[in-house]
Amino acid sequence: MSKVSKSPWLLHYDASSCNGCDIEVLDCLTPKYDIERFGIINTGDPFQADILLITGGVNSQTESVVKQIYSQMPEPKVVVAVGICACTGGVFKECYNIKGGIDTVIPVDVYVPGCAARPESIIDGVVQALKVLDEKQTALEAKKAAEKSGHPGTAGGDGHGISE
Amino acid sequence: MTMIPFLIGIPVLFALIFPFMRESRSRGIMVYTGAGIVMLTTVIFIVQWLAGGAETLMLYPSTELVDHLMAAGDIILMCLIVYLSIKYRRILPILLSVGQTVLMLYTEFSTEVAEGPHMSVDWLTILMCIIIAFIGGFICIYTVGYMKGYHAHHTDVQDRQPFFFSMLFLFLAAMFGLVFSQNLIWMYFFWEITSVISFLMIGYTRTDEAVNNSFCALWMNLLGGLGFAAGITWMAFMEGTVQLLDVISAGAEVPLICLALAGLTKSAQLPFSTWLVGAMVAPTPSSALLHSATMVKAGVYLLIRLSPAFYGNMTGIIVSSIGGLTFIMASMMAIAQNDGKKVLAFSTISNLGLIVGCAGIGVEETVWAAVFLMIFHSVSKSMLFQSVGATENCLGSRDIEDMHGLIIRIPKLAYIMGIGIAGMYLAPFGMLISKWVALKAFVDSGNFVLVLFIAYGSATTMFYWTKWLAKLLCYHIPRDTVKDVTHRDEYVSMSFHAAVMLLLCLFLPFVAIKVVNPIVRELFGNSTDVLSMSVLATMAIMLVSIFIVPVVMFFISRRSHRELVPIYMNGINEGDNRYFTNSFGDKEHLYLSNWYLRFEFGRRHLRIPAIILAAAVLVLGFCLVIGGAL
Amino acid sequence: MEKVLFVLAYLIFAPLLGGLLDGVERIISARMQRRKGPHLLQPFYDIGKLFSKEMIAVNNVQLLLNLSYLVILVIAGCMLFAGADLLMVLFILSTADMFLIMAASSDSSPYANMGASREMLQMMAYEPLTLLVAVGFYLTTGSFHVSDIIRADVSAVIWMPGLLVGFMFTAAIKFRKSPFDLSTSHHAHQEMVKGITTEMSGTTLAIMNIAEYYEMILLFGIFCLFFINSTWWSWIVAVLACALIFFMETLWDNVSARVKWKTLLYSCWVVTLVAGGVNILILMLDK
Repeated sequence: MSKVSKSPWLLHYDASSCNGCDIEVLDCLTPKYDIERFGIINTGDPFQADILLITGGVNSQTESVVKQIYSQMPEPKVVVAVGICACTGGVFKECYNIKGGIDTVIPVDVYVPGCAARPESIIDGVVQALKVLDEKQTALEAKKAAEKSGHPGTAGGDGHGISE
Repeated sequence: MTMIPFLIGIPVLFALIFPFMRESRSRGIMVYTGAGIVMLTTVIFIVQWLAGGAETLMLYPSTELVDHLMAAGDIILMCLIVYLSIKYRRILPILLSVGQTVLMLYTEFSTEVAEGPHMSVDWLTILMCIIIAFIGGFICIYTVGYMKGYHAHHTDVQDRQPFFFSMLFLFLAAMFGLVFSQNLIWMYFFWEITSVISFLMIGYTRTDEAVNNSFCALWMNLLGGLGFAAGITWMAFMEGTVQLLDVISAGAEVPLICLALAGLTKSAQLPFSTWLVGAMVAPTPSSALLHSATMVKAGVYLLIRLSPAFYGNMTGIIVSSIGGLTFIMASMMAIAQNDGKKVLAFSTISNLGLIVGCAGIGVEETVWAAVFLMIFHSVSKSMLFQSVGATENCLGSRDIEDMHGLIIRIPKLAYIMGIGIAGMYLAPFGMLISKWVALKAFVDSGNFVLVLFIAYGSATTMFYWTKWLAKLLCYHIPRDTVKDVTHRDEYVSMSFHAAVMLLLCLFLPFVAIKVVNPIVRELFGNSTDVLSMSVLATMAIMLVSIFIVPVVMFFISRRSHRELVPIYMNGINEGDNRYFTNSFGDKEHLYLSNWYLRFEFGRRHLRIPAIILAAAVLVLGFCLVIGGAL
Repeated sequence: MEKVLFVLAYLIFAPLLGGLLDGVERIISARMQRRKGPHLLQPFYDIGKLFSKEMIAVNNVQLLLNLSYLVILVIAGCMLFAGADLLMVLFILSTADMFLIMAASSDSSPYANMGASREMLQMMAYEPLTLLVAVGFYLTTGSFHVSDIIRADVSAVIWMPGLLVGFMFTAAIKFRKSPFDLSTSHHAHQEMVKGITTEMSGTTLAIMNIAEYYEMILLFGIFCLFFINSTWWSWIVAVLACALIFFMETLWDNVSARVKWKTLLYSCWVVTLVAGGVNILILMLDK
């Protein structure tokens, strides 16, 4: 089975960002940084994405959206919080409408701080996320194998019983 | 052939009984009996004919009494038209009707024509008989259930069911008469009856729209009738004969183009296609029977009969160009329609256009394709009309937009409709095969314009059918539960049609060799195998691909475990795929619409230019032909 | 025997070759944009990953319809490589596409539905020309059969250059290249999310991609028909010509922006009429 990390597809979502981090995310896609050389594609579709890249803190409007998009991504999947707002809520942390960082809503795997996060650090974060992704894939496969061996195991038990 | 008077007489008898049957239950039984007897008689008739060697028969050489009765019938029809036209203050139908009847009577009583057979039986007649008896018969059965639902649904319309059934059976009788006739005067008589019945049925609801449309249908058909009468007059005076076969052997172009005019109006070709679209106000059974399966086929039947004479002359070019033009124009106009029946009407016009185009070329291959198209079109279109009618009774609307997710709401109707639609354009169903043969034939006959028409026309045809099919197959949780109020009678008829459609597809080579080839052989004296064996093998592959593949895939895909998630709506999906949160934070219903491209393919843009163009071709053709004859 | 070999080769190598071409194309595109671009085998990594993902779906019929799309498409391709009737191949190809449209519209999702509508429109745009191409081959070689077409004495392209140009023009739709990638795009982000493939994930999307590779090879097969004749070196010419066409489609993809549907429809129909129609007319008059 080929590694997920060889073709990680991104989904980029702006939870409440000032667009500073968004511009930096898009910057990664420009010829200068060219993240496609890692096989990374910026897809717009949660059904096809492996990495969810979120900028900005979560507010009450985007909370359900983040949850839903996250639920629509197939396993294995990782979440990268880009920018200090996405990590902790940043300067907006105490605002009445902000819930805080992304991790208040969905589990976050990699935190990329910065205001705005630099393209280099975003790429660094994504590369770290790839490791997490691979770990998750292995875990998932182990789980699947366990499930599968669980079934034949009971069947084998039956067979054993008959032979006795 | 003693059965022919029965074939015509039995439906007439039933038609006479229905006005006295006011009680719906016994009337239903009567319809079943009538349809059953008609089908049984047809089967006996065909078996007799086949047992007799399946030869072309020429019958009834001298029939003076019946001739006079028909003359009387013509006058009665004229009086009826004049009366109704005066009642509704229309002048055109009176002029046309009086004109043609006077012309006919003058011809009949002033010329001495050679004695000849008045009726004939051959393979084409037999095919038409099967279509009339079985499709017609089952549509009558469908009508029993449909009209109950129709009147429950349209409470404002006066219940005139006895009249409706009477007309249906009378129509069957007229169609039988029409296809048996060899003598043009007889054929003309039956031709006029079908026009008048169509007129009466379109006006069933007696609303202003219905009356207007019925008169539109009437005058256009009467114009065709006038053409018919003129053709007969020319034949009687110039050639001294009124036999259909003599028209072909004489090859004179004037009667040919006059009769072609009659065929074109009857089969609703441009510039006369308006009447068929207007005819959709009639209750659905009459649309299914008259305006798609049989009556409009009378027009193409006449043209197919005449097709050997069309080969390589002016009339043939005119007929095939008008057919081709109608094919593409009507299919474009169908794109912009969202009313199910209107789409069916335009698609009928369009397919008839293709048949007319084939007949107009007048070589074996094209006529082969034309006959094939006729068979498949009759079955699948009548099925589609019936399913749209049944859907309308259930949903209260026949808008295609309202059929969103019909597969969840009324699965049975959706399957039937799906088979009908697939039959109209998908491989391996017959329509596509005939389109393929037609394309090859057009190329062989060197008709460049028709090749272009068919190339573009099949693309537009594909568009409007696909979007309808896609609408049916949406897996969408319905807004409201719909009760399937379709009666058993309706399902009987629709399942019959669906079964016939699938069987035709399965036994396509058989139909080609046993039914279509003999027809072509009779018309042209010989027939080559248009569909070669290798094509039949391909057909088998296609059949496998469209039926078996999805079934196998169904079982394969069922084995896999899947996690069902909501559809993607930018993360603002409200639970069950039906609602999303709008910019005010409220729940809003998701509504998906098809593309109709109204501003590109709308009727208001294309209708007038198409009519003008077709009329110009027709007028030009008449000028050239008549000028050439004088 | 030869036919069986061809069909087997198509069945086995088409997805591999298609994937490879996709990889090459991504690198060429990247170089055109002064980027390095992904690994040559990136498409295979993508497909491998898609198969390993968890199966999620929005309904139970999408996978079934997508699989049908793949299988029917493969049947069409096999028929082409077995030397069957070209017109039949094209008809089955459009039937296969029908299943893709059904798969997308069965979701009842706004983006997939829009993609399906646009896909239908694209079919309407390219269909006339594909039919005319088949007619052109028939007029040139006297047969619709691929096995007869490749045995002609001279290459068909001599007689039908207009149709070749037209086919190159409309093939951009089939290859899902700009400016005609309305229904779904290989490029990231478009106004309709992922259009017709929006609701497809994991295995379903992988099947869709494999089907596209089969379709790509099928189309190059038709391109080859323009060049192949009874001589052996014509096969080399055909392969070279396909490579050139492939490069030109990639170039065109990179230098043009997506057009509106009206431009797509009208330009395809006009090109069909001018390049294809005139070509057919000349063939009809001359042959």
